[in-house]
Amino acid sequence: MIDIRGVRKHFGNIEILKGIDLDVNKGELLCLLGASGSGKSTLLQCINGLEPIQGGSIKVDGIEVHAASTDLNMLRQRLGIVFQQFNAFPHLKAWENVALAPRLVQGKSRREAHEIALHHLAHVGLAEKADLLPSRLSGGQQQRLAIARALAMKPTYMLFDEVTSALDPELVGEVLDTMRLLRQEGMTMVVVTHDITFARNSSDRVAFLHQGTVAEIGTVSQVLGQPRSEHTQKFLRREHC
Amino acid sequence: MQFVLSDPSLHWRDLWFLLQGAGHTLWVTLVAGLLGTLGGILLGWMRFGSVWLRWFTAPYVDVVRSVPMIIQLILANSFLALSGLGVNAFWLSVLVLSSSMAVVTSEVVRGGLEAVPPTYRRAARSLGINWLQEFCHISAPLALRTSFAAWVGLLLGLAKDSALVSVVGYVEYMKSTQILITRTHEALLLLLGVGLFYFVICYPVSRYSARLERRMAL
Amino acid sequence: MFGYTFYWSLVWDAIPELLAGAWLTVQLAALSMLLGTVFGLPLAVARRQGEGRAYRLATAWVELARNTPTLFQIYMMYFGLGALGIQISSYWAVLIALTFNNTGYLAEIFRGGLAGIARQQLAAARSLGLNQRQGYLHVVFPQLLRIVFPGYVTQAVWAMLNTSLGMLVGLQELSGAAQSAQSVSFRSFEFFLITALIYYVIAKLIEFGARAVFWRWLRT
Repeated sequence: MIDIRGVRKHFGNIEILKGIDLDVNKGELLCLLGASGSGKSTLLQCINGLEPIQGGSIKVDGIEVHAASTDLNMLRQRLGIVFQQFNAFPHLKAWENVALAPRLVQGKSRREAHEIALHHLAHVGLAEKADLLPSRLSGGQQQRLAIARALAMKPTYMLFDEVTSALDPELVGEVLDTMRLLRQEGMTMVVVTHDITFARNSSDRVAFLHQGTVAEIGTVSQVLGQPRSEHTQKFLRREHC
Repeated sequence: MQFVLSDPSLHWRDLWFLLQGAGHTLWVTLVAGLLGTLGGILLGWMRFGSVWLRWFTAPYVDVVRSVPMIIQLILANSFLALSGLGVNAFWLSVLVLSSSMAVVTSEVVRGGLEAVPPTYRRAARSLGINWLQEFCHISAPLALRTSFAAWVGLLLGLAKDSALVSVVGYVEYMKSTQILITRTHEALLLLLGVGLFYFVICYPVSRYSARLERRMAL
Repeated sequence: MFGYTFYWSLVWDAIPELLAGAWLTVQLAALSMLLGTVFGLPLAVARRQGEGRAYRLATAWVELARNTPTLFQIYMMYFGLGALGIQISSYWAVLIALTFNNTGYLAEIFRGGLAGIARQQLAAARSLGLNQRQGYLHVVFPQLLRIVFPGYVTQAVWAMLNTSLGMLVGLQELSGAAQSAQSVSFRSFEFFLITALIYYVIAKLIEFGARAVFWRWLRT
């Protein structure tokens, strides 16, 4: 379980997160919606410890992410993250991209890591692309590669940060399919997205962020069906026309 | 029996000697910088305009970049000695430094001109502006923006290279220092003076050009 | 030409000495580039931090190396240290000074390259559980070498040309060897013409070698 309490974050004088409270339960898919600048992506980076926070607490399975005593590199193995930019390592072949962390962080041998990599590449449908450099892959394939790379660390949670925003429209489907596959397998997922259709069809709960606070959180039918917050209503109206 | 060749301690008059050397360094840098820049702009512009000329001058550019400055100086010196042309050390230094400066400047100028998007040029010409006007009002100012910082870098390189012209007998600051070191053995103090001299000249200029480059990039 | 008879046989006789000097030149260039790379990478990382002790040290190094003549740096090692009672040979003086010099220039080249690698790449590495050092070593630096390769090769040629300053502290690298050889015959023009030619060939070998390396290993 991810337990977020009163999280504050600012860059200089600009306050991005103004006291966020949020739970992520085991096995659920939680979608974070909100306008750009509402703090969704920053929140994901904070959960992963990539960005420091200035107040509040984030606990992952009871471990305080931002405590000085926490071994972030250990903790991050539980938290896979996929970014908007594909971020495939351009100098490594597809399988080497996936095998890098198992080798360096978990101390797997080259052969073991190779096997792990092939397994996860097959999982996201990239078995045939294992020996190609990322520059030879399409955007959608690169994004699936990033998912495989994160899965190779056997994470308990997967965080998705607008993973389809930088993709050509015709490539979005394959990435969303991969995410749905993970959900069926019972992965706990936090998905930052603009894609209301995906949120409606695939998530268990939806949270709507507005200017650094959680304006509304609840089941899909609650938040997207009968939104109570005016910000959510306005957002949904705009997205639909 | 004791030979007293010279006075082994530093005097105030040595400061005058050093100042003269410093003046020589600045003077040779200034003259070579000016001639080299003018020559470089001309050469770069011609190299930009004519493929034939680019091809023809390429080996020259190549050689200047692939042979050490010190060897260029020595070669020019012995060549002129053989030819019997009497050229004094100052002009010999200026000749070698400025031709090297011209070559590297021409590359920067050419790069700057090539970086000007052809659409600008075509847009200007489509308005009925002739090519000279176009060059003066569109291409040249735009090229200047992209290549100014690089040119400043070349000028600083020239200033530092001028420390080598003593091999052809021109006594600039580095050589004056060396002469005093030989006499007084005050190596550290005198060398720190050299470091300070160049640093005080180069550092502000390079900082300024870096800031300018950032501003122009925005 | 000018009533002067070129006299090449003396140069021909001195070819072994010149080649020995050329070998020393190549060796010094390679060593100073290698060491410059090793020191320059962490310096570039420190320079990007923008504050702190490491940043100030790195900045001082870079600015000193870039804003004073290389000859000054060599003299500091050779005569300057000597004045402090530390005597080092001209070989070490040149190697240390050129390493200092290369480090400063390479650090700036690397810094420019680092700016071109998305911060996201390091974030992605960290998110997989790699620590900072592993992230730089396995993800950032391998990409960096590709990005900065042209500048890196230019610097390598420049480092090679800079070894010629060794001549002024009595080192028998290519220029020094030519200087000693010609002083016997006073046929300096022929000697230095051949010397220039050898420098040119070495410079071209570095460039072509670099191109081959890039083509073979660094393409993406």
